[in-house]
Amino acid sequence: MVAGGARPGAGTQSLGPLLNLRLAQPETIADLRHLPDYAGVTRAGDVVRIGAGTTHAAIEDGAVPGRVGEIMATVARRIAYRPVRNRGTIGGSLAHADPAADWIGVLPVLGGSAVAIGPRGERRIPLAGFVTGIFETALAPDELLRAIEVPVLPAEARWGHWKFCRKVGEFSKATACVLAAPGTPPRAVLAALDRPPLVIEDAGALLADPADEAARIVAGLGEMAPWRSALAQAALRHAATAAGAP
Amino acid sequence: MKRIAIALTVNGKAVEVVAEPREHLADLLRGTLMLTGTHIGCEHGVCGACTVEIDGVPQRSCIVHAGSCDGASVRTIEGFADDAVVAALRESFSREHALQCGYCTPGMLVVARDIVLRLPDADEARVREELAGNLCRCTGYRGIVRAVLGVLADRRAGSSRAEPR
Repeated sequence: MVAGGARPGAGTQSLGPLLNLRLAQPETIADLRHLPDYAGVTRAGDVVRIGAGTTHAAIEDGAVPGRVGEIMATVARRIAYRPVRNRGTIGGSLAHADPAADWIGVLPVLGGSAVAIGPRGERRIPLAGFVTGIFETALAPDELLRAIEVPVLPAEARWGHWKFCRKVGEFSKATACVLAAPGTPPRAVLAALDRPPLVIEDAGALLADPADEAARIVAGLGEMAPWRSALAQAALRHAATAAGAP
Repeated sequence: MKRIAIALTVNGKAVEVVAEPREHLADLLRGTLMLTGTHIGCEHGVCGACTVEIDGVPQRSCIVHAGSCDGASVRTIEGFADDAVVAALRESFSREHALQCGYCTPGMLVVARDIVLRLPDADEARVREELAGNLCRCTGYRGIVRAVLGVLADRRAGSSRAEPR
């Protein structure tokens, strides 16, 4: 169906409003929730596999084990509202790739991969490069997002997540997430911009000097409204401080 | 547009309807099934007026479409008539002036019941956070928050009946 042009849908908590507002007008929607094992979390060795159809509420309630699960539960609780989280899915949110959505601004720091499935079989796409534009991803038109695989984290991993919303549950105006885990360079992501998320693979400088480095990173994104620049810098600063910066 | 047969359970009763797959559940409930207790506000998932229980958890009926409801179990505000928690909330809402026009109330009660059952230790800040997805333009929320906190406190005190305060 998807190869024939049908729009994939999971919880439709992002697509649904676009349908109602007639901003999206697909001929057909394929309900992915009928796929076997579409929801659910399994752990194999050092990797946690999260079915794309796992709801935000399940993640909020602890479906993902260990330290990475604690981080994801905290993020999930801040997504929209509980009735939306009860139906909306992590895979749907990631594949929809709304620039202000939550998971696209967090998953890149966790490392790991998106598992895509299509006529040519399964392939893994690094989460850091999964979102390629506004509502655009690395998925081919005939591929579906099947699962998300993230590495487990040691208990001492530190992290920070900051997003700016004037009201609980509304779309973020600026989001940053920083993860400092022993043994790997700290990673950061800046999202909710008019562009795909900015992934910083080595955020050591941001942790060493949050204010100056946040200003430098945001200046590097080119011209931006002053309020947006200020919020983006604040997001990076706060997330870095929470992740252990002085 | 092509119409399809959809079998679902609504308030405990099996129903079969024929609907366009793109029709949203709130319209299906109100228009086809005449369950007008579910209210429609923003129709894009923000205001919470249309919140019903689907498969045991609160969801927005305006951004759930008929095509995805085959096999679903839906409980609308009409289906909570005999529910003990909603009964306590009704009394508490009345006592605290937690409604004026009543438009948001069906969604508020479904969400308030979920708070009471899922978060028995919720404090005021948590209740406000959890209610953030339900807009009320009459009350300023203070009465609604007090009504939910009152039922939480009564349940913690081991009393199933809300006492006047």
